[in-house]
Amino acid sequence: MLERPLHLKMSGAGGRSADAGVSTRVSDASRHPLEARALSYAADGKLLIDSIDLSFAPEGISVMMGYNGAGKSLLLRLLHGMIEPSSGRVLWSGEPVTEEVRRQQAMVFQKPVLLRRTVLANIEFVLKSRGLKDPQQARRVIERVGLSDLANRPARLLSGGEQQRLALGRALALNPRILFLDEATASLDPASMLAIEEIVRQARDSGHKIVMVTHNIGQAKRLADEIIFIHDGRITEQGSADAFFENPASREAQAYRDGVILTHENTGELNA
Amino acid sequence: MQDFAQSFSLALMHIVTLDPDLIEIVGLSLQVSLSATVISCLIGLPVGAFVAVTRFPGRSALIVCMNALMGLPPVVVGLFVYLQLSRAGPLGFLGLLYTPTAMIIAQSILITPIAGALSRQVLEDLHKEYREQFSSLVLSTAAQIRALIWDGRYSLITVALAAFGRSVAEVGAVIIVGGNIDHLTRVMTTAIALETSKGDLTLAMSLGLILLFIALGINALVSTFRLTASRYGYA
Repeated sequence: MLERPLHLKMSGAGGRSADAGVSTRVSDASRHPLEARALSYAADGKLLIDSIDLSFAPEGISVMMGYNGAGKSLLLRLLHGMIEPSSGRVLWSGEPVTEEVRRQQAMVFQKPVLLRRTVLANIEFVLKSRGLKDPQQARRVIERVGLSDLANRPARLLSGGEQQRLALGRALALNPRILFLDEATASLDPASMLAIEEIVRQARDSGHKIVMVTHNIGQAKRLADEIIFIHDGRITEQGSADAFFENPASREAQAYRDGVILTHENTGELNA
Repeated sequence: MQDFAQSFSLALMHIVTLDPDLIEIVGLSLQVSLSATVISCLIGLPVGAFVAVTRFPGRSALIVCMNALMGLPPVVVGLFVYLQLSRAGPLGFLGLLYTPTAMIIAQSILITPIAGALSRQVLEDLHKEYREQFSSLVLSTAAQIRALIWDGRYSLITVALAAFGRSVAEVGAVIIVGGNIDHLTRVMTTAIALETSKGDLTLAMSLGLILLFIALGINALVSTFRLTASRYGYA
């Protein structure tokens, strides 16, 4: 049997500067308004997310880690309302998540999904979808992610790193109260990855709550304020990044941190 | 062989000298087929996009029907439209039989399933790629359809060209509802059939050459659009 979810002391993002407008919205509570209660998801008779209770530190970067197939990306999609749970609920300030609330969220995927348009038109598309028509706003977003010189280039002709920066800029253009990143740097070279990390840091410092999935332990150490470790569809550990990397509470997390490959043989040992 | 060569050179002369009868027939053909293409795209593209984006009971059966209707026999469509527009038919009072309008109606019915089924396939493939992003953006179905049609524009132009190619080359429907009346409803395909049966190969060959030229032109356009779309990452 796996351990039940273990909630350690939360880190928060106390010392970080935050945009006044956004931080006012989210920092008046001890937890972020988004939470999951007894969230489960099953497919083909298999329980992939197993009765997860989850809430986040109100600010900063929460990083979800875990082995492949643990359910991290699925949990991200459930939290974002892209998939209906089999049971349990995702709540926002204690209320069911509405479409209006979902419009205050954004997500960046591992493989950037870019429209067959120019860089500028990709940003303009999402701004128009929210009824925002200020032509300068799209330019400012492109500048923010360092793509000003490529504004009129077809988005799909950009390099992988540039495409992901555009996808991130497009998500930030929506000024989301929570930004989900699903392995957004998984297929990027180190320079592109660091460029993305810098934008993520700036977004965090501007007050955007960020929940990201990564397998990159170095990246998690660089960015995470809070770590959520998922194993077999359950949260086995949640707490401050420092505590997680110093002394993981669960054996699965310890194995993950130390780079131990879980096999059927040693999984049995770990779970014993 | 000499007759053929002579007819061929005369046919070329007809084309080079822009023979008025030839121009009239070609003009009417293009007018009818282009009108039918526009109508079929106006109906078929939104329907195809809607089916591509939405899920509803009976969707699979509808897709099977749309695909099957792409192979509609033109003479059957012609007969159906004839029965509607003939004096004894429900739409006989409109007096449209043996007019270009009747031919446009028949061709529109013939090629709308092509526009619908092919655009459904194109847009469904695109939607598979965009689905998660659209879901994340919480876009309405209408907004998704608009975005898909715009982003799939190069592929949809080739769909429209395929529909136009089918309409301009068909003879069965237009000959039944148009009647192949000189200076009124005579188009390239019906004129070729008539002139060949009369033994006047010159006009038939002129029209045949133009029809071939149009077919080649359509294929060249399709290739150009594909290349352009690939070059700019819009494919």
